[in-house]
Amino acid sequence: MAADEQVTLLDTWASSIGMRVRIALAEKGVKYEFIEQDLWNKSGLLLQMNPVHKKIPVLVHNGKPVCESLVIVQYIDEVWKDKAPLLPSDPYQRAQSRFWADFVDKKIYEHGRKIMTTKVEDQEAAGKKDFIDTLKLMEGELGDKPYFGGETLGYVDVALLPYCCWFYTYENILNFSLEADCPKLNAYCKRCLQKESVSKSLEDPKKIYDFALKLRKKLGVE
Amino acid sequence: MAEVKLYGFWPSPYSHRIIWALKLKGVEYEYIEEDLSNKSESLLKYNPVYKKTPVLVHGDKPIAESLVILEYIEETWPENPLLPKDPYERAMARFWIQYGVDTVAALRAFYQGSGEELEKAATELLESLKILEEQGLGDKRFFGGESMNLVDISYGALGYWLAAVEEVKGVKVLEPSTLPRLHAWAKNLDELPVVKGKHSGL
Repeated sequence: MAADEQVTLLDTWASSIGMRVRIALAEKGVKYEFIEQDLWNKSGLLLQMNPVHKKIPVLVHNGKPVCESLVIVQYIDEVWKDKAPLLPSDPYQRAQSRFWADFVDKKIYEHGRKIMTTKVEDQEAAGKKDFIDTLKLMEGELGDKPYFGGETLGYVDVALLPYCCWFYTYENILNFSLEADCPKLNAYCKRCLQKESVSKSLEDPKKIYDFALKLRKKLGVE
Repeated sequence: MAEVKLYGFWPSPYSHRIIWALKLKGVEYEYIEEDLSNKSESLLKYNPVYKKTPVLVHGDKPIAESLVILEYIEETWPENPLLPKDPYERAMARFWIQYGVDTVAALRAFYQGSGEELEKAATELLESLKILEEQGLGDKRFFGGESMNLVDISYGALGYWLAAVEEVKGVKVLEPSTLPRLHAWAKNLDELPVVKGKHSGL
């Protein structure tokens, strides 16, 4: 990276989609400034950099903002293309990677939000079984590969790995065990956390759970 | 070159996106109409996760999800590029395509609403489209500049499809008085050869 490159990430420490960007930047060895945002009292900088959605994460590269986590990850992959490619080079493999990352967004990210805003006693009705089935489907897609990206960490891994520190929270709220129900996914998380780019980008699962409980109380579901 | 097949559903704007992209790239393809009330074995085989259209099959390789298919088409047939080359401009294009995904919820609410709910849905859709017009389109003729690109393709439904819904609902959202630039864009889009005539009788 050139000496005069300025990379800033507007994010919140517990955000699963913010963590995606952190993993991508870490994989590429990009130095950046992390600016924690208060989403209950949004900063002028956030409102200026993401006027459309006023949300995190926002990557600011030499003053220019990029928004939407997977758009940011693709941008990072294209700009810092000489190290640790996240998307494969073959168009069909790229399409498969995009499909599964989008699946993570549609099925895991969206359901994660539902889990957080639903009372414990309503979780079964809100699709607990579907959520676990989704995780099993991801396991099937992983197969015997070490990563979704194959031999190296890829785009789908970046989209999914943040949940490794959120699963503890979901296990508690939904009352299930990842190790029992999705042993392959559980092993995958443990394995990936041995990579510094992942362990340094994710947060402690117990701190996340503590945060989640406080947020659920605030939202009136706990 | 390997055979290209498109499994689509004629009323669906998602299928039209793929048709426009293939036409813009000059790619020959076979179109197969799916009866979504009686899905074919092929569809279930090629899209086991969602069992939906559109699905593009190139040779024997299936690709599902219209936006994923659009990026695949762009990368496989690079002539007549439909995305900017510069990474920042590409990120901006993808951002606005993603914004459209959020707009679908507003469109659906408008399509399904009645009475007070319809009014509320119309207001929210208008707000959503105002941001698109002001910050996405600006003063450009198309989102792609002088010619249409993947962003224009992804918003195709705002032309003929929204007009048809407005007629059914008796409520107008996309008008010259409320959204002058976006309205002009929709008209320009509808005049393009790849779009024109694709949806007659809808």
